[in-house]
Amino acid sequence: MIEVIKLNKNYGDLKVLQDISFTVEKGEKIAIIGPSGSGKSTLLRCLNFMEEASSGSIIFEGINLTEQKAKLDLHRQKMGMVFQQFNLFNNKTVLENIMMAPLHIRLSKLRKTRWQNFFIKTGNFFRKNKKSLIELDTDAASIKEEVRGQALKLLQKIGLEDKKDVYPSTLSGGQKQRIAIIRSLAMNPKVILFDEPTSSLDPEMVGEVLDLIRSLADEGMTMLIVTHEMGFAKEVASRVLFMDEGRIAEDSSPEQIFSNPQNPRTREFLSKVKAM
Amino acid sequence: MDNFSIKFEKFWQAFYTHNGYARVVVGLKNTMLIAIFGLIIGIVIGTAIAGTLVHPAKSRLSRFLKAFCNFYVGLFRGSPIVVQLLVTYYVVLPILQINMSSLKVCILVFGLNSGAYVSEIMRGGILSVDPGQMEAGRALGLGYGVSMGKIVVPQAVKNILPTIGNEFISLIKETSVVSFVGAIDLYVAFNYIGTNNYEYMVPYLFMALIYIVLVLIISSLVKAMERSLGKSDRSHQA
Repeated sequence: MIEVIKLNKNYGDLKVLQDISFTVEKGEKIAIIGPSGSGKSTLLRCLNFMEEASSGSIIFEGINLTEQKAKLDLHRQKMGMVFQQFNLFNNKTVLENIMMAPLHIRLSKLRKTRWQNFFIKTGNFFRKNKKSLIELDTDAASIKEEVRGQALKLLQKIGLEDKKDVYPSTLSGGQKQRIAIIRSLAMNPKVILFDEPTSSLDPEMVGEVLDLIRSLADEGMTMLIVTHEMGFAKEVASRVLFMDEGRIAEDSSPEQIFSNPQNPRTREFLSKVKAM
Repeated sequence: MDNFSIKFEKFWQAFYTHNGYARVVVGLKNTMLIAIFGLIIGIVIGTAIAGTLVHPAKSRLSRFLKAFCNFYVGLFRGSPIVVQLLVTYYVVLPILQINMSSLKVCILVFGLNSGAYVSEIMRGGILSVDPGQMEAGRALGLGYGVSMGKIVVPQAVKNILPTIGNEFISLIKETSVVSFVGAIDLYVAFNYIGTNNYEYMVPYLFMALIYIVLVLIISSLVKAMERSLGKSDRSHQA
């Protein structure tokens, strides 16, 4: 589904990512672990072009994203991302946060089709063989209703439907992050990238967010998770990447990495984490 | 104090009996026209400049546009508005052979001038919004324009509205120089009243009062706006 080939990222002389290559299959849950500054978040952010890689290619569903820059937005729609700082839209209510992207994208598609039909109609005026119009089986109002219904269903799923008209500033961190997760789900993404989803949460709220991620994993969602929660990585991940100094130092199953790490750096890192 | 009441008597005669107030009304109207339309033009220009300056594109065209915007801002912030008025009225327009009433010239110059200041305010406002907001929009697949227009700018505007109010106040105060190019404002009106009988004390006192009252009214409006915006930050409970 995603193929990363020889990805490099430099900030000036600093090499943040060096020759990263790996593939992600559909349904895989990949945990990316490693010490701070090892390039985990940068790697994740390069995948959906929040950061531009310096060289290398990223192939998503058979399309080389590094070449077809113009349609990046289209691919990002299929690639959800959840941030450490939640990044809910502060000027929108919870429901508006969830509805915003799907609503905007579907409405602009509708508008585009209407314009196309308009041009076909105008053209038909001069044509002998009339072209048929593109069929429209929906309108703005029913799209809005549909998106709203889906957003409410997602809110119900996490038990926060009573918060739908509230602004993000009144929510707890755990609530914000769970809403951020279903906001990306509302786009029906093929894969979700989690960038340290629990790192800025109070300890008592980590559980509720991890539970939600776990239930997505159980439903078969493909995901990449940058995390410091080793227990969670061990339990949920189907594969673990250990990163060190901008390289993938080890790439194997969680059992292998956590019980029998091959790379000395992995061993050192895990023993330090365990000691805590 | 007797002296003052005589002076007041003379002023009142010129102001009321000899229709001086008509000029004051015209002056007040011009002051407000210049400040309001100047601010509107300023907001349009300022938005365009700020939009250009914060855009992340690095193409040749955008580099050129950014350089031009920086030059524009530097030009209008780097010289006194009186100089800008005089140069526009007596140098630029005659060279271009454009005939314009002095009121229109004032509105134009005040608009161009405040465009430079508003652009800096807007730019600061946009940069003060957490970059994560833009990132979240882009990550959901929304375009740069949509993320900017629907997420970042509304939050920026909320931050900068009070500052725009202050810009309006300083525009009102700055209009006191438009007589340099022959436009009638409060100064011209009261100066005319004073010239009637060479008694300037009371007229200028009144002029000062009008400016102060005007500014006080507007700044209390700005404060009220600030308060109501601040409220919506935390207490938007359903």
